[in-house]
Amino acid sequence: MNTHAVKVIYKYEMLRAWDTLLQSFASPVISTSLYFVVFGSAIGSRIEQIEGVSYGAFIVPGLMMLALLTQSISNASFGIFFPKFTGTIYEVMSAPISFVEILLGYVGAAATKSLIIGLIILSTAGFFVPLEIAHPVWMMGFLVLTCISFSLFGFIIGLWADNFEKLQLIPLLVITPLVFLGGSFYSVSMLPPAWQTVTLFNPVVYLISGFRWSFFEVSDVSVGLSLSMVLVFLAACLLIVWWMFKTGYRLKQ
Amino acid sequence: MQPVVSISNLSKTYASGHHALKDVNLDIARGEILALLGPNGAGKTTLISIICGIVNASEGSVTVDGYDIVSDYRITRAMIGLVPQELTLGAFDTVWNTLSFSRGLFGKRPNRAYLEQLLKDLSLWDKKDSELMALSGGMKRRVLIGKALSHEPSVLFLDEPTAGVDVELRKDMWALVRRLRASGVTIILTTHYIEEAEAIADRVGVINQGQLLLVDDKLALMHKLGKRQLIVELETAVAKVPEALARWALEISADGTRLTYTYDPHNTHTGISALLQAIGEAGLTLKDLKTTQSSLEDIFVSLVKRK
Repeated sequence: MNTHAVKVIYKYEMLRAWDTLLQSFASPVISTSLYFVVFGSAIGSRIEQIEGVSYGAFIVPGLMMLALLTQSISNASFGIFFPKFTGTIYEVMSAPISFVEILLGYVGAAATKSLIIGLIILSTAGFFVPLEIAHPVWMMGFLVLTCISFSLFGFIIGLWADNFEKLQLIPLLVITPLVFLGGSFYSVSMLPPAWQTVTLFNPVVYLISGFRWSFFEVSDVSVGLSLSMVLVFLAACLLIVWWMFKTGYRLKQ
Repeated sequence: MQPVVSISNLSKTYASGHHALKDVNLDIARGEILALLGPNGAGKTTLISIICGIVNASEGSVTVDGYDIVSDYRITRAMIGLVPQELTLGAFDTVWNTLSFSRGLFGKRPNRAYLEQLLKDLSLWDKKDSELMALSGGMKRRVLIGKALSHEPSVLFLDEPTAGVDVELRKDMWALVRRLRASGVTIILTTHYIEEAEAIADRVGVINQGQLLLVDDKLALMHKLGKRQLIVELETAVAKVPEALARWALEISADGTRLTYTYDPHNTHTGISALLQAIGEAGLTLKDLKTTQSSLEDIFVSLVKRK
């Protein structure tokens, strides 16, 4: 195991976030706080409780997931795309390092950044709404698994993308709509029956539902199913990254 | 002695169908400086990229110090340093940080003293805290060499190391390459500049259209393929070469004042004495005599043209 390589990649990526502190941490926290102000306080005060939970508190897990998913993808995709774009990737490709070690460095750093953002948002939410976490261990479990899975997904996008447009394509056109339609701001049970069925094809529903359950013990689908879906997604991402490195897809000619 | 790098039947065909390397075989001896000469698109960078793990070979194998570059990649890559052709550096990193990063990436624990000495050797110590984007092109080139040497490799690949650098820096680079060789590092460099190969290489390989045309000791190559010319300047111009001098196949200059005789210096009888005597007998008066040896460049051009 080339631990020195893992350390330097991890440190390099974390320092990059530190150098762009406002963009990396302040920006997602400010935008999420604005959601709390608008949906939680202004509009939320006029909405009834959902399944016994105040609307302001109900949207906290969804908003956290929205930030986690977008930040994980953005951090990890940029982390590997930029060396490809500048050509400095040659050094990683010629180093005595396995794909697992590359993942530990790049994806580990991206997941850590997302985790920090998630915890900052959670603390910020406490200023706007009273929060109680019913199952803190499950909450942390979902948080960590989501950060890792979507950082892996972002890493795949970064490897796949060969220009800046493609880098933004999936986060903007796929992830953001899936999160907004995945029950971030509402319970799936509030939708008409036909739409409830359609919504079940959205993988983010399972993520938000399980995460919300860890806060309030209310969920749209069973927590076991939520956990299984996250693990399946994680395994699928790992498999794709393994294949990409094995074939040298978009890395080696 | 076992070669430090051994390339066997190496071929590469890109997805586009371009056949970049065709059945290349090459052994590189420990501690030598090998210059790979070739025009653009000859396959030089592809060859280096395969050995370093950046490009997959289509066929054939490469070993470094007896280890296969695919199955034993951790061992082989730790032994290799690569200076790429392009100035590929992160803009916002400092010189010190980028060298530390490279050292760690290649599995070496931090060593402040080694990196300090390396930067001093490269005349970069006073720039150690400078951001890379603030450096000149020549300094960036030296940073790339520093990165490649940061993990103390025993084999160094330099891909066009002096492309676009001024004469002074080029000579500095050559001095550095000689120092590295003296410290036991095997050096393989690709270059367009024949002068570079002539100045620093022990052996020269000529590659064109993916084929290794020849590899030989530099001096032996020049000895084997080099021609010499005797240039005779005349006091008075002549309209044509006199009949009496026909057997020497002389070339005459446009103004008729210079006759050129091309000969093989390794022949027992070069025919020079007889030529000079025949020139006198033909009534021509000599003004000056000059001999020239064909350079590596002439040899390279003739080899590439021949193919």
